[in-house]
Amino acid sequence: MNSFDYLRPASVREAVAAASEPGAAYLAAGTNLLDLMKGGIARPSRLVDISRLPGLDRIEALADGGVRIGALVRNADLARDRDFARRFSAVAEALLSGASAQLRNAATVGGNLLQRTRCAYFYDTASACNKRAPGSGCEARGGENRLHAVLGWSESCIATHPSDFCVPLVALDAVVEIEGKAGRREVPLETFHRLPGDAPDRESVLEPGEMIVALRLPAAAAQFAAHARYLKLRERTSYAFAVVSAAAALRMKDDTIEEARLALGGVALKPWRAREAERILAGGRADAALFRRAAEAALAEAKPSGDNGFKIELARRIVARALALAAAGTPERLPALPGSPFAALSGDVIHA
Amino acid sequence: MSVSMTLTVNGVRRKIELDDPRTTLLDLLRERLDLTGAKKGCDRGQCGACTVIVGGRRINSCLALAVSHDGADILTIEGVAQGDRLHPVQEAFLAHDGLQCGFCTPGQIMSAIGLIGEGQAGGDPERVREGMSGNLCRCAAYQGITQAVLEAEKALAASGLKEVA
Repeated sequence: MNSFDYLRPASVREAVAAASEPGAAYLAAGTNLLDLMKGGIARPSRLVDISRLPGLDRIEALADGGVRIGALVRNADLARDRDFARRFSAVAEALLSGASAQLRNAATVGGNLLQRTRCAYFYDTASACNKRAPGSGCEARGGENRLHAVLGWSESCIATHPSDFCVPLVALDAVVEIEGKAGRREVPLETFHRLPGDAPDRESVLEPGEMIVALRLPAAAAQFAAHARYLKLRERTSYAFAVVSAAAALRMKDDTIEEARLALGGVALKPWRAREAERILAGGRADAALFRRAAEAALAEAKPSGDNGFKIELARRIVARALALAAAGTPERLPALPGSPFAALSGDVIHA
Repeated sequence: MSVSMTLTVNGVRRKIELDDPRTTLLDLLRERLDLTGAKKGCDRGQCGACTVIVGGRRINSCLALAVSHDGADILTIEGVAQGDRLHPVQEAFLAHDGLQCGFCTPGQIMSAIGLIGEGQAGGDPERVREGMSGNLCRCAAYQGITQAVLEAEKALAASGLKEVA
């Protein structure tokens, strides 16, 4: 790990000023950053520790029915917040399907959005990687790439975004609150992460020094509470990143879908909202044929970036299955293996 | 860049002069405070051998910067027994052969204490396995570990000792 200056500012304003210097990085829990620093992938010259900034660790019910989640709320605390988990259960399920209990106890909401890809070539400083070292090339392109992107990738980068949490969030129209030198601004999560294009080193819309202070979910996101699931296929039962995942949320009247939300994880360098599939689902009868049509639409533009053609059909099936699970209803209690295709459901489903 | 900090470790307040902010909580415990129970397995948050309880929550001490935890209350494996009386989770690991070589055991036990304190497993072996999935055991004593956690959960509930976690 390179040496760095350590600062612990007392306010968001001070933090933004300290982090606007070249080479500075924010430190919250550090569960991703310290790992990257140990591997020499991240080499900040200054760490701005925001983990104790006051007021950023709250989950607030908003007057309009939405919820505001402070950037320093720990993943486990959000997932276990009873009111939040009841209203946004797909988000809770996604959180609990990610990482391990120890990491969820430490990792923050803001940090989750900003976690870096798990592409092995990004992590290996001996490999060419346009994201880590712009212009050096992409060794993943002709390398071990069966888990890489099938949507939105470019010749310069075929990595995926590893977050589970972001997948239902983007489906539910989450908004990111950002504080910077020029004040506060808001960005829909859907446009927060950037696709690689020819500049994969630029991962989000954040400008130098800008900091995520909160996330918001609108009141409308809670209208899907009775039919919302997250489904995540992993290469082992637990404690693994998604090969492919999907968040499905439906607003239903009897067997008819009035409104649908759908997003995929593990397929692109950002959480992937599938709006065309949502349009196909709206107004339709919830059955296997409709779910398959929606799944076809969600992956219509997918193409392999290497030995990963299998992920396209896999993603279609995960989408169709997530929709079927959502249509069946949100379980009263999350399964023992949250998000797992192997989970046995226990207890009743909630019917609105 | 030297930093003064304090930690309460196993109930004892410690003043520490940290000469390098790069020090992880794990290295501080092991190298500076001679508490070598928490183990450095992968040092990257993948194996769980470094698990300790900070402010009542189990975390990977290898991915925690010591200086960032100034003032924290930390429980390590060295602090869970009361004199010669083992913690119920330690007792259960012995009773169920929840170990073979023992390297991962301090992390397993601290993780189990954390899991029981979180109160989410409720006697369900599948929930215990999922909740303990951040602790690898290369000897694969998983069956004994799961049984030990289930038994300790019951024993702690019966004795009202859950607050120990």
